[in-house]
Amino acid sequence: MIVFVSFLVVVMLVGAVAACVFRDLLSAVIAAALVSLIAAILFYLLQAPDVAMAEAAIGAALTAAIFIIAIRRTKRNEE
Amino acid sequence: MRRIASILLLIVVAIGISLSLAKIPFGATKTKVGRRYIDEGIRETGATNIVTSVVVNYRGFDTLGEVTVLFIAAIGLGAVLAGSAREKIRKTEPASLVLSTGCRLLFPLILLFGAYIFIHGHLTPGGGFQGGAIIASGFLLIYLGCRERRINRIASNLAESLGGLAFVVIGLLGISLGGYFLSNFLPKGEPNALLSAGIIPIIYVVVGVKVGSELASIIDNLIEES
Repeated sequence: MIVFVSFLVVVMLVGAVAACVFRDLLSAVIAAALVSLIAAILFYLLQAPDVAMAEAAIGAALTAAIFIIAIRRTKRNEE
Repeated sequence: MRRIASILLLIVVAIGISLSLAKIPFGATKTKVGRRYIDEGIRETGATNIVTSVVVNYRGFDTLGEVTVLFIAAIGLGAVLAGSAREKIRKTEPASLVLSTGCRLLFPLILLFGAYIFIHGHLTPGGGFQGGAIIASGFLLIYLGCRERRINRIASNLAESLGGLAFVVIGLLGISLGGYFLSNFLPKGEPNALLSAGIIPIIYVVVGVKVGSELASIIDNLIEES
């Protein structure tokens, strides 16, 4: 269990750094959604299923969709 | 020079935060209120999900504030985006048959799951906000998969407004029947039954409809614009 949680935390940290580093904004948004998704799994493992549901639906799905719509209106690459 | 100064500042901030956090005994209960919610929550509110009993009953007024914040955010977005190029209908390439059929197949199931989440908010994990967000993600799926479909804007605005109004009316009924705002004036019933916990399921159904229609109309506004 502790190995699984550590693996998730490491992937989450990698995703968070990647979201900051990526020049391609679409990739950055997907990395941020990955962070939200793993946060939801961690909330569930920490016995907070209420928060996990909200995080998965809002953080991973709706926020990512809104960012992607915004990218479609503007530029895809950061200067 | 600036780089060294900022690193020094970061070190000072880190030391300050770690010193102040080191004093807090994490995991130990410092207050009595949490233990009381766990021990007395089911008896006092009738809701077996303690989180729901806190969110809707003990801290129901805060929930009304949260709902209001979301309402104002949706109104503000609608006001900012209103009137700009709403009438021109853009030709969008239709999605493939597999994608649109799959979306149509999944959409009612997602709606049903969201409704289940907020109707059973007082029994199982979840509640109005979570169920509403799931319903809104179902609408997002329809917007992506079947591009020509649009939600009825009047119906969604009506659901949103009636939801907020019903929440306030239930609170005011609490004043007249129970003595304070959002008091649980209905009978609590048997714990673990669907019709239990007084006004909690009613409020969560109302909040679920409101949050779902609000988030769906936010997505609708943004997609219409792009």
